[in-house]
Amino acid sequence: MRKETVLRRVRGVRLVTVLAVGGLSLALAAGCGKPPEKKADGGSGSGGQYKACMVTDTGGIDDHSFNASAWQGMQDAKKDDSKVAIQNTQSSSEQDYEPNLTKFVNAKCDLVIGVGGLMSDALTKVAKANPKQKFAIIDASVDLPNVYSMQFNTAQPAFQAGYLAAGMSKTGKVATYGGVNIPPVTIYMDGFWEGVQYYNKAKHKNVQVLGWNEKSKKGVFANSFTDQNKGQSLTKTFISQGADIILPVAGGTALGTAATTVKSGGKQSTIFVDFDGCVSAKNYCSTFLTSVTKGIAAAVQKAVEGGQQGKALTGSYIGDLSNDGVGLAPYHDWESKVPAALQKDVTQVGADIKAGKITITSGAQPK
Amino acid sequence: MSSDDEKPADDSGAAGHTPGRDDEPTGQPTPASRAGDPDAKPTGGTPKAQDGKGGTPKARDGKAGDPRRTRTAIVIDALTTANTATVTVLAVVLALVVGALVIALSDQQVLDSMQYFFSRPGDTFSAAWQAVSTAYAALFTGSIVDPETLNYAWWGMASWTQVLTPISETLTYAAPLIGTGLAVGLAFRAGMFNIGAQGQAMMGAIGAGLVGFVLPWPPVIGVIAAVLGGLLGGSIWGLIAGWLKAKFGAHEVITTIMLNYIAAPSFVTWLVVQHGIQQPGRNDPISKPVVDNAQLPHLFGSGLRANLAIILVVAAAIGVSWLLRRSTLGFEFRAVGSNPNASRTAGINIDRTYLLVMIFAGALAGLGGAAIVLGNTPNSITPSVVGNIGFDGITVALLGRGKPVGTVLAGLLFGALQAGASQMQVTSQIPLEVSTIIQSLIVIFVAAPALVKAVFRLRAQRVGTIGQNLAKGWNG
Repeated sequence: MRKETVLRRVRGVRLVTVLAVGGLSLALAAGCGKPPEKKADGGSGSGGQYKACMVTDTGGIDDHSFNASAWQGMQDAKKDDSKVAIQNTQSSSEQDYEPNLTKFVNAKCDLVIGVGGLMSDALTKVAKANPKQKFAIIDASVDLPNVYSMQFNTAQPAFQAGYLAAGMSKTGKVATYGGVNIPPVTIYMDGFWEGVQYYNKAKHKNVQVLGWNEKSKKGVFANSFTDQNKGQSLTKTFISQGADIILPVAGGTALGTAATTVKSGGKQSTIFVDFDGCVSAKNYCSTFLTSVTKGIAAAVQKAVEGGQQGKALTGSYIGDLSNDGVGLAPYHDWESKVPAALQKDVTQVGADIKAGKITITSGAQPK
Repeated sequence: MSSDDEKPADDSGAAGHTPGRDDEPTGQPTPASRAGDPDAKPTGGTPKAQDGKGGTPKARDGKAGDPRRTRTAIVIDALTTANTATVTVLAVVLALVVGALVIALSDQQVLDSMQYFFSRPGDTFSAAWQAVSTAYAALFTGSIVDPETLNYAWWGMASWTQVLTPISETLTYAAPLIGTGLAVGLAFRAGMFNIGAQGQAMMGAIGAGLVGFVLPWPPVIGVIAAVLGGLLGGSIWGLIAGWLKAKFGAHEVITTIMLNYIAAPSFVTWLVVQHGIQQPGRNDPISKPVVDNAQLPHLFGSGLRANLAIILVVAAAIGVSWLLRRSTLGFEFRAVGSNPNASRTAGINIDRTYLLVMIFAGALAGLGGAAIVLGNTPNSITPSVVGNIGFDGITVALLGRGKPVGTVLAGLLFGALQAGASQMQVTSQIPLEVSTIIQSLIVIFVAAPALVKAVFRLRAQRVGTIGQNLAKGWNG
């Protein structure tokens, strides 16, 4: 065994030598002469293309929520406009925001898009350091001349959904739950809750909301945006408590709710959020009373195409009912089941919100 | 446990264990070597010249076995024998090879050309080479240095800030990982498996953040106070786990995992929306930002993100190294880690040791959390501000064999992989997950030295102490 040790030592020396020599010769081979002229650098991307680059938040590109929607918008822009080139990079932690944004600035992107409110501090810092670079941010507001902020007041269509649910409920109980207790989630729940209260006042009814109370800010949360089983069990609990219409604000978890209500043969139903459920989860279409939509994709597409056409991207955009940035999806399979009077009322509520006759008090709304 | 066999082990990795721990794959070890007795002097050494290359330099061999070796001899030994180091380096190589396969197989061009592989195999290989080489080039230029930029800078065509950017990114990412890696490694040495670095780092971030914005601090004092706040936050969380173990015998694996859940998301989500803590004008869960005077100063100017955190964690590593090797307390930690019952019999207060180890470990993890909040953006406390550094710290400690120097090196490697990963994404659209796969594979290969040995046909003896560290941790 002593011999083994000796052998090994020799082997080790040889390995170290090989590595060292290899490294040195590589370095020498690289050469140190004066380089030719620098690569062409200009403001815009390669070959006259308009390069739009997106940094996701920690949810990643497949989050079935705002990252996915924003990327969809960029893909749509690319499809419509051949001069648009798109790219994304994902953040694995909040530490990544600043370097990822900076890397895209250095990669000569024409527009750098950050997704999510938590990125606003990092984006503010990078935008201040690069005042000539154009930026955009989704779901947050950054007050700088070179940043275009896109926000969405989903409390408005959620208010309509609450009114609709209250009018459709046979049991006098409706329910909602969220993914986690953060404003982009609770804004829907606030709107829904207020819509039900508004219905109660207007029609002198007493429809109850399970799972959320805007006043106490307490409610039911799945603590997941993916766990469909959790969605199913929460939904079964709500149903056993008497609720028959449920609004889950929890990404993929909501599919668990749809899977539960779809079995009831129309006695119970689900209201989907972010996308039109009958488009993104077709197999459950029969159980979607309607969907509260948030037009991130459309807004991003418009911003990218506008940027490509040379429009100044600055200030802020708040998607609401008036500019169709948010909305209530069609009733699809429920078209015939929702009474015409109620449909008319819901439309009227939307018009009243637009006209300012109804004030939504949710503190989660973008300002 | 004699200091003769312990000290070299700490000084030079596996070198100190060289004599007795022999487990040749093909030979028949002597009973003494099979027993793996660390004190067994290499006197016998059955000459079994396996492939006729039985060397003779007796003097050198004698030196290696001599417990009274000189310092130089120890260093030479560590460099040349390098069992642990060899396996680690080869594990990295192996992980990069597997990573290359993943990159090649996830590349659209490679997949397209594979459809006609048998008529023109060259296309597949050149596409794969193209994909892998650009990806790994980006990994390198994003974490160490971009030779092109270096050349430009040499001729005055680029700024030195640009040259230093990759290395600065690596240092920035490495600092928190080294902090949490030390937290896990120190507990390993005392026979405890600290899964709670994540929660401790979160509490450290909270402590540092709260102190950092609560007062309009003057310069210097602000930084010191905020760092101390981070150490305190983490050590409180460590103390709870240590106290539960010392007082009630609750296993630290269970308590630290549960404390992780309590720290984040539960506690922090509640905390950051409280009045006076939440950032004014925001309705999402984010605290006020740390004031400028409490932020760690940047090392190479404001254009580069590297900051004092890396100095602090290296200092902490030196401190841990001193503690373990030179102090009575550290001796007690190691003794308890080796055999708690024997230590108790020998008169060591093992309850006190558990408590102190967890306090120190918590403070180190807290330093990691503070490094994030006081370093760059994010400068505010948010529920996910520390990302995954606590769990990454476990892998860093595993790769570093629980030793301070190893942990620093492992932290730098993982920091480089993280910094390079974002460059890979930007320049060659390689998903972030590839870097995660490489990091995980490195640790898997390091944990399975026999596999690395088999792949590279090393005839080396059983290498690394990782398995033993782990076993001790679980049994402790």
